[in-house]
Formats: sequence, C-alpha cells, structure tokens
Amino acid sequence: MKVKVLFFASLREQIGRAGEELELPESVSTVAALRAHLVARGGAWGAALADARRLRAAVNQDMAPPETALRTGDEVAFFPPVTGG
Amino acid sequence: MKIAIRHEDFDAGAEARALSKGNPGVGAVASFVGLVRDRNDGSAVSTMTLEHYPGMTEKAIAGIIDEAKGRWEVIDCTVIHRIGELRPSEQIVLVAVASGHRGDAFAACEFIMDYLKTRAPFWKKETTPEGARWVDARTSDDAAAARWAPAPAKDRAA
Repeated sequence: MKVKVLFFASLREQIGRAGEELELPESVSTVAALRAHLVARGGAWGAALADARRLRAAVNQDMAPPETALRTGDEVAFFPPVTGG
Repeated sequence: MKIAIRHEDFDAGAEARALSKGNPGVGAVASFVGLVRDRNDGSAVSTMTLEHYPGMTEKAIAGIIDEAKGRWEVIDCTVIHRIGELRPSEQIVLVAVASGHRGDAFAACEFIMDYLKTRAPFWKKETTPEGARWVDARTSDDAAAARWAPAPAKDRAA
C-alpha cells in the first residue's frame, strides 16, 4: 500500500526532509510497523525515530496510537510531543 | 467560533468584544493571552519560532473546543495562535470564551488552553546564547491537562 509520511519540528531537521510518498510492504500495516520500517533505514532515521517515548504520530490528521491500522492513501505524520501555547 | 493560525499579532480586547457583540445572552467573557518569555530553562531567549501542522492544528483545536462545549456552556469562542518568529514580550496565543456566566467562561478557557498545550500540533524552537534548541514538552503541562478528566457535570452554576 501507498502512504504519505510527514515529519515535523526536530524530526524533520534530524531526518533532513519534510515528507515522502512510500510504497509499504504488506507486513507494514500499523503506525508502529511503519516506524520500525523507517528506523531500519539506519543513520539519522534510527536516531530520530527510535525512542517511542519522544515520538507522537497522527493518521489523517488525528492523533494515532502505535497500534493504529494503516490504509492505502493515508497521511501519516511523526513528530515530537507538542509544545504550543 | 473562530480559529486562526497566523503570523500577525492580535488585539485581545477587540477579539473579546467581538465575542459578545450582538449577543445579549453573553454575561461573561474570559480570555487568556500567552506571551514569549525572555528566559526558559536557565537561558536567555532572544527569539522563538513556532511551527505547526497545517490542517491538523486547526482540526485539533476545533475538537478541543467541541469537547469544552460538551462540558460547559460556551456561547462562542476564539482561539488565535501565532506562528513564525517571535520575540520576548510578543503575544503567542489567545483563547477567549463567551458564556452566560463566569464559571463556565473561566473553566472552558483554562480547559481549552490546557488541552491546546498538550494536543494541538505546535512546536517551539528558541534561540539562546548557547544556540538554537527545540523546546521540550513539560510533564507539568500533561498534569494540567490530566486534571480535567473525567468530564465534570455540565450544569455548574456561576
């Protein structure tokens, strides 16, 4: 399935890009699996995405826990805990 | 209901007055303004840059306001959050709530602010003499938001 992945704030800076379109293997069907898939790229990806406690995710612009299932066409965003206000 | 994410500053007084204009049922407007502090975590702060997630941020704030409406009487509400580079003493955020009575207005305003800080996708980066750094989320903000659960009774009197 195909998904759009976005990165914000410190994650975007660490990874060096704001997002990408990704064709996922069948085994990658949840937010947690997508994170692991990206961490496996190593280097900056592993450093930016390895610590789940410092990471939040959204699917189609709603906050999404790690077990959230992905569907083709989803917009998945990873970012650090929010600090607005 | 007005939600604005923008670079430009706001006039809190004008926004508060706009909430009651033409609505004689409004008996109370409570508002909160957040400002850029010149110090954070022991360092002088010269600038603060705010980033958001266009689309999701507006949606998250609308959801927070809906939740407030389910808990208290909220006649109307305005949330303005600035983005981009700001300097100390500049305004960052306005939350203003119009209600029939002060109790609902105070509570809904504080609730919206607490939830905004922990659930709306904004991120702050500050410039200090030691360099630029992303601001860490505070556990005290999580604790402030957690105070509100579960939903209190809706019919509290002012």
